[in-house]
Amino acid sequence: MTISADHKEQGLADARPDEMDENEQASEVRRKFGISVEDYMLPARHQIQMVDPSGALNPQGEQGAEPGHEYPIPGDTELMAAYEQLVVGRRVNDQNSALVRQGRMAVYPSSHGQEACQVAAALCLREGDWLFPTYRDAVAVMSRGVDPVEAMTIFRGDWHGGYDPAKHKVGIQCTPLTTQLLHAVGVAHAAKLRGEDTVVLAMCGDGATSEGDFHEALNFAAVFHLPVIFFVQNNKYAISVPLSHQSVAPSLAHKAVGYGMAGERVDGNDLVALLAVLDRAVKLAREGSGPLLVEAHTYRMQAHTNADDATRYREDSEVAAWMAKDPITRMTAYLGGRGLLDDEGSARIAAKAEGVATQLREGLGEEVPVDPQNLFRYVFSKPTPQLKEQSALLADELAREASSQKEAGK
Amino acid sequence: MSPAVSTSSEATETAATGDVSSATASAAASAAAVAEASGPQTITMAKALNTAMADAMEADSSVLVFGEDVGRLGGVFRITDGLMATFGEQRCFDTPLAESGIVGMAVGMAMNGMRPVIEMQFDAFAYPAFEQIVSHVAKMHNRTRGTVKLPMVIRVPYAGGIGGVEHHCDSSESYYAHTAGLKVYTPATVADGYRMLREAIDSDDPVMFMEPKKLYWSKDQVDLDALRAEHAAHVSAGSSSEGRAAVARQGTDATLIAYGPSVPTALAAAAAAAEEGRSLEVIDVRSIVPFDDETVSASVRKTGRAVVIAEAHGFASVSSEIVARVQERCFHYLAAPIRRVTGFDVPYPAPKLEHYYLPSVDRILDAVDDLQWEN
Ligand SMILES: Cc1ncc(C[n+]2csc(CCOP(=O)(O)OP(=O)(O)O)c2C)c(N)n1
Ligand SMILES: [Mg+2]
Repeated sequence: MTISADHKEQGLADARPDEMDENEQASEVRRKFGISVEDYMLPARHQIQMVDPSGALNPQGEQGAEPGHEYPIPGDTELMAAYEQLVVGRRVNDQNSALVRQGRMAVYPSSHGQEACQVAAALCLREGDWLFPTYRDAVAVMSRGVDPVEAMTIFRGDWHGGYDPAKHKVGIQCTPLTTQLLHAVGVAHAAKLRGEDTVVLAMCGDGATSEGDFHEALNFAAVFHLPVIFFVQNNKYAISVPLSHQSVAPSLAHKAVGYGMAGERVDGNDLVALLAVLDRAVKLAREGSGPLLVEAHTYRMQAHTNADDATRYREDSEVAAWMAKDPITRMTAYLGGRGLLDDEGSARIAAKAEGVATQLREGLGEEVPVDPQNLFRYVFSKPTPQLKEQSALLADELAREASSQKEAGK
Repeated sequence: MSPAVSTSSEATETAATGDVSSATASAAASAAAVAEASGPQTITMAKALNTAMADAMEADSSVLVFGEDVGRLGGVFRITDGLMATFGEQRCFDTPLAESGIVGMAVGMAMNGMRPVIEMQFDAFAYPAFEQIVSHVAKMHNRTRGTVKLPMVIRVPYAGGIGGVEHHCDSSESYYAHTAGLKVYTPATVADGYRMLREAIDSDDPVMFMEPKKLYWSKDQVDLDALRAEHAAHVSAGSSSEGRAAVARQGTDATLIAYGPSVPTALAAAAAAAEEGRSLEVIDVRSIVPFDDETVSASVRKTGRAVVIAEAHGFASVSSEIVARVQERCFHYLAAPIRRVTGFDVPYPAPKLEHYYLPSVDRILDAVDDLQWEN
């Protein structure tokens, strides 16, 4: 592991090479996008939406694009691969909720209704890029290739994390709101120091944007000019609290300009638009444009978790209105209309989704024995003398318990 | 290594921060710039810590130093003096003013192959980072079943005795020691400043490195080359003094158990007691986590009496933990209940009142007198 250049000769007065002054940045933006730096950083006046809720493609001029905010439609292969994940994601959400109802999983914060965001967040990245998800982003984690059962370990209750973050380049689903955004910044910073072109996508919710670490992460990413995409799923609620109680900014994407980064709004139930916006964000970040903030407008169709009662704070009619904007029916209609999806394709994808559901049912139905000694195994690289004592105490307790059970059985 | 720097302009900058007495800070800075001659030389703990970082950075390009004012200024205490000039702005740099950001970014960097050594400007200004420290730094290794290691060091100038204003003198070690998954070190000698910081940087587990700020300007004769050789030998043998307490002074009648800023006070008390014919052993805990029960218990079993000394408030603290552990292990060897001399359970006092608060030689000797000496 080395940091590329030898910096010992560098004098104190030299500016960081990436440290552009305002005018430099402005002229760079003007050269590249033909607009002012403010117009580049401020989101386009309307959210980017390519496919309307009925599944019809919006006319070219009505997709929300503006000069410097242009989004070509993703290719058919990408759309079809994403659609497949979308269907699988919905099946995963509903299967997991069922497993909670059956008592086979402790809790599940479902992303039902937000699957387009989940899939796009994972698919816009390439191998070597990192994803930092929250508790609600299990579908994104699986879409990045993490084994579904490993991903669900955290909610089954046998350990606080089920997969190897380093192997998958996916952080453990994070619960303390927005703390993971700073980890994303650090991963990107380390990669940049080594001269790697890694892009990091970090996810959070609308309510989480009020947290201090949200601010610190965006500011650090901007100041150090790091390739991080902050992807906010604005699903309108933080448990029971609506967005209007979190922020009175014109939009969450508008917060970007305050940090000196570009922000954009996108229809979070339009998979086509999401892929277009995130693909471009990843491309810009990889090219060295610094961080970006993308706000996706979506809706949490179900309660916060199974333990929550959403009827206490919102009307059924509001939920019903969002039903009509479902990301899957919209995408199915769009792809069907374009002749990309026929009955055979639909059946194949449904079968795949069913396969994953079966995997989850079987994997989470299994009684996995837990090893109590794991309590002590991973606190430090090497257990301290105190942990060794405590592990011996527990082992002794269990041994005595086992032998008295044996006695009783005789 | 770190080049000599002019200290005059920096003293002015420190004064402008209003954080510490600029006179003492610049004294440390000039001491940090003394000659590099090998063999024993008199240096400050500031210089020892600075040299430890410089040597670690020289040895491993994944070691990075960042924080507030650590770059060009060299830190408000000058502990990172010269590191940016020597290793460049990519390896030693200033961050925006955001402690959670500093720690959280360090977590991500450590996840991705780096060994960050970060500075919290003062004890009480590390509190914004508490969530990152407790929820991630301490737990990442456990959460990921050891697949993600966080080899990072969080340096915290801590404790009082410098006439500092509010928020600059907290003894915050108990918060960290209470958190499973953090190692907590605190050096009390110049040589340990070098030794223990190298060990902390070498550690694959995160270390809260608590630097007693009143000892930054303490001086001692040390041979840096000998310390370097010792470190190299430990690395190649896979051994070290990590996690071990030290017997700072041998004695037979009672044991004073102290750490960090309280060690010199305990040693002074032991010297005074010797004049009165009482032989006190002094244990320097060095590593609060992991705790060296073996060394501490052996001493108390030998002497049969103990006083625990710490600047932090006594209630629910490292000092109470030490008393509990010694009592559990040495009850039948004790001639008297274990006494404590700690800070009172009050917010750290203003400069004119701090001498009432801090453990003093007299207060320690009074506690020793109370240890039920027959005849
Ligand atoms: C620091 C912190 N505070 C509070 C919580 C408890 N909590 C968990 S989720 C949540 C709501 C978050 O809402 P939002 O960011 O909009 O994400 P969503 O759940 O809607 O996906 C809260 C308050 C937490 N996990 N972390
Ligand atoms: Mg929300």
